[in-house]
Amino acid sequence: MANAIEVRDLTVAYRESPVLWDIDLDVPSGALMAIVGPNGAGKTTLIQAILSLIKPAAGQIRIFGQPYRSVASSVGYVPQRGSVDWDFPTSVLDVVLMGLYGRLGWVRRPGRDQRTEAMAALDQVGMAELAHRQISQLSGGQQQRVFLARALVQDARIYLMDEPLQGVDATTERTIIELLRTLQSLGKTVMVVHHDLQTVSSYFDEVLLLNVRRIASGPVSEVFTEANLRLTYGGRVAIIKGAT
Amino acid sequence: MEQFLGDYTFRTVALGTAILGAISGALGAFAVLRRQSLLGDAVSHAALPGIGLAFIITGSKAPLILMVGAGLAGWLATVVVLVITTTTRIKFDGALGFVLSVFFGIGLVLLTFIQKFPDAGQAGLDSFLFGQAAALVEQDVITIAVLGGLALAVLVLFWKEFKLLSFDPEFANSLVLPVRRLDLGLTTLLVVAIVIGLQTVGVVLMSAMIIAPAAAARQWTDNLGIMVLISMVIGALSGVGGALLSTSMSNLPTGPTIVLCASGVVLVSVIIAPRRGLVWEQIRRTLQARRLRSEAILLDLFELARKHDSYEHPHMEAALKVMHPNASTLRRQLRSLHSKGLISVHSTGGWALTEEGMNTCKGLLDKRVR
Amino acid sequence: MSLFQLEIQLVAAVVAVACALPGTFLVLRQMAMMSDAISHAILPGIVVGFFLTGNLSSPILILGGAATGLLTVVLVEWMRKTELVREDAAIGLVFSALFAAGVILIARYAGDVHLDTDAVLLGELAFAPFDRLQIAGYDLGPQSLYSTGLVGLLCAAFIILFYKELKLATFDSALCATLGFLPGLLHYALMGLVSMTAVAAFDAVGSILVVALMVGPPISAYLLTNRLDRMILYSILLAVTAAVSGYWVAHLFDASIAGCMVAIVGVQFGILLCIAPNQGLLAAWRRRKRQRWQFAIKMLVIHLLQHEGTPEAERECRVDHLQDHLAWEKPFAENVVSRASTKRLLNPVGESLELTPAGRELAREAIVHR
Repeated sequence: MANAIEVRDLTVAYRESPVLWDIDLDVPSGALMAIVGPNGAGKTTLIQAILSLIKPAAGQIRIFGQPYRSVASSVGYVPQRGSVDWDFPTSVLDVVLMGLYGRLGWVRRPGRDQRTEAMAALDQVGMAELAHRQISQLSGGQQQRVFLARALVQDARIYLMDEPLQGVDATTERTIIELLRTLQSLGKTVMVVHHDLQTVSSYFDEVLLLNVRRIASGPVSEVFTEANLRLTYGGRVAIIKGAT
Repeated sequence: MEQFLGDYTFRTVALGTAILGAISGALGAFAVLRRQSLLGDAVSHAALPGIGLAFIITGSKAPLILMVGAGLAGWLATVVVLVITTTTRIKFDGALGFVLSVFFGIGLVLLTFIQKFPDAGQAGLDSFLFGQAAALVEQDVITIAVLGGLALAVLVLFWKEFKLLSFDPEFANSLVLPVRRLDLGLTTLLVVAIVIGLQTVGVVLMSAMIIAPAAAARQWTDNLGIMVLISMVIGALSGVGGALLSTSMSNLPTGPTIVLCASGVVLVSVIIAPRRGLVWEQIRRTLQARRLRSEAILLDLFELARKHDSYEHPHMEAALKVMHPNASTLRRQLRSLHSKGLISVHSTGGWALTEEGMNTCKGLLDKRVR
Repeated sequence: MSLFQLEIQLVAAVVAVACALPGTFLVLRQMAMMSDAISHAILPGIVVGFFLTGNLSSPILILGGAATGLLTVVLVEWMRKTELVREDAAIGLVFSALFAAGVILIARYAGDVHLDTDAVLLGELAFAPFDRLQIAGYDLGPQSLYSTGLVGLLCAAFIILFYKELKLATFDSALCATLGFLPGLLHYALMGLVSMTAVAAFDAVGSILVVALMVGPPISAYLLTNRLDRMILYSILLAVTAAVSGYWVAHLFDASIAGCMVAIVGVQFGILLCIAPNQGLLAAWRRRKRQRWQFAIKMLVIHLLQHEGTPEAERECRVDHLQDHLAWEKPFAENVVSRASTKRLLNPVGESLELTPAGRELAREAIVHR
């Protein structure tokens, strides 16, 4: 099967010290992959690099064989919940509609069709009833589901999610997992930054163990071994000395 | 008052201040939401040397020329702040304070320098410090309206992009929107909004016209579009109100008067705005405390009832008093529970749960377990 | 140089130093904009004090101004705690309202006396020597020298006495609290000092330029050193230099002394921003250039190490392969290879590259296990 994402020799540096070092990664199309690693391992950075939000020091990333800019509309992004101001004066539906801004193009406003699409996405995450609520009145789990709905409405082929399961309630966790499975059954490729090692094997079928370098990646059954985990976490955290 | 409204000069002034108040209200809403309130302060202070230089270079006091100078200087200030914060470890606040005061200082030096010009045409420039509404003439109002109208038009045209930029710039970036250019555009609009108010409100206090209407408007709504509209109305009303007061009384500088009007609106909004306001919050808190207290009494009765065979067994107020030593409002709470039909009073004067009260208690306990 | 000129420079230098002392901590605690807020907000306090005493350098004014300054801090804190208005907007709202009130008080009730809006913005450093302190008929020098000197000494004493606590509260407020040093109390004490300094300096340099003296020298010093004690020392030196040279520049161009001092503060920062040894733009540029090569060499040796002895080594370890593998341009790749081989990290063997023991060592070291 063709690869959805191909990362070659990716190195990312902040202020000259590397955060990601020489990453090679193939994400097969249709994979449901967890990105796992300790704090500061570069998980978020990897997602951001794939999305071209940061400029790598070296290496290249291809999505369906093309650079990000030309396939941006087929990539959906779920950022960390804490990355925005939830007191912003806007409603749940409005936030979901933002997922369509890329497709709408300049100047055009979202109309009835877009609203219908957004409502459908909200329904999928069980939030349709709260569509007109102000976003500050949502619980953490509900906020996360709004972000998911915003990505769903993009109708992408690849989804990149940054810790969607971090600090959410049980209902939200169930909803999100079901959603991930649905996406997978629709042939979408999903990469999820994940913190809870206990649930990796039950939620995902592929895993990337990351700690600045790629420790291992592949099917959970093959790669998610104690030896690899020890290499990733194991008290002795692998780092690259800053290039000073 | 009526004599003012009929007066042509005053109508010109009122129109000018209303327009500039509305524009700064609209752009201010975005500045406040993007946590750039104090950037407005820096831009307005930093505009002073631009005004001075524009006059020195051209020798003209035409509003458009001075505004262009002010705008360039204000814009330069934001660039310098950006350079300092991105290239050194000096933080935003330090860079802002530095740029604001140094630009302003240089502006003052230029003004004292201009004062020595032989034709002494600087009298008009002095009014840029604290503003002078009375000096607004038709030409100024036209300039304000055209520039402000353009800024508003751009804001409306790119409304959804600016909204996304303000809420979640990273997501905007993932949609390959040109985030940096949008950011630059919105900041430029802010500079325009500030610059058109300088002649009337003055460089020192113009920043308040950016912050105050927006901060007040935020209290009244949870919708960005409505917030911008309310902010424009508040800005316009403060502008007209301040200009009216300052032209009707002697020795009342326009800028400070307008700013006090706008600040008053903020204070009122923070106190009385429905749902968010302080009064509202206080009422909500009182109601919740009362509800919790009566729930506690209800659960005590439930506890007592469990020790007896039947929930109908009455309990004296004194017994409840022991369980709530500092409940001074015990009787009132009991009466309120009684009127809701949750408890009943017995001929002995004791209280007992009704069946409905029983069910309520079970519901409450269920919720707590969960 | 006359005694008159010497006295002005002395007052200027003392003011600058008194401002730089608390300013250093404001900058480090990321509260530089509080100096802007306080210096604006003290105006109504000063005006009321002035009405009461009829004297701009009276100690009552200093206390009145300091009280208004603390009021600002409390009001901002209160607004922030309501969670209705964000901190930056709260700062902007509070100080502009208070400043507006001050300007109106002056315009309405003090328009024709010693205190006017020019004095508010520019201070009257040139007139400092006219207001003498006389005790029992002896002339002891300009009065403002004593008021600013006293406040400066107070700042110095506070910093010396609580140096350790201030340092801790600035860099690790949580640890400071657990050790029982009350960071909140220190915060208010510091804000009180900032207010008093702003009032004392107001007479000399006006209310906005104080910000430049509080923020400018400390951020310049911050470009030069990492150590707190050095930073304070450099701030003092920069402040004195700016005061004295500012005076002479003003003398030369017959401009405002305070304005010229502030302009010099700006020039100092501009120069240091370019040439500061580690933090400066020039140094950063040079460092980046150097690091770019080091970084590239490291990437090269790691790449070679990882493929050494593997079946694909033949293909991976060729110069021309680096171009597409590491996304390096051909000239860049060749340059890196030649730099690496000069350092004896690798040997070109025909078209292929082979690590030396030193190169292998460097690569392993780069991927260390902590």
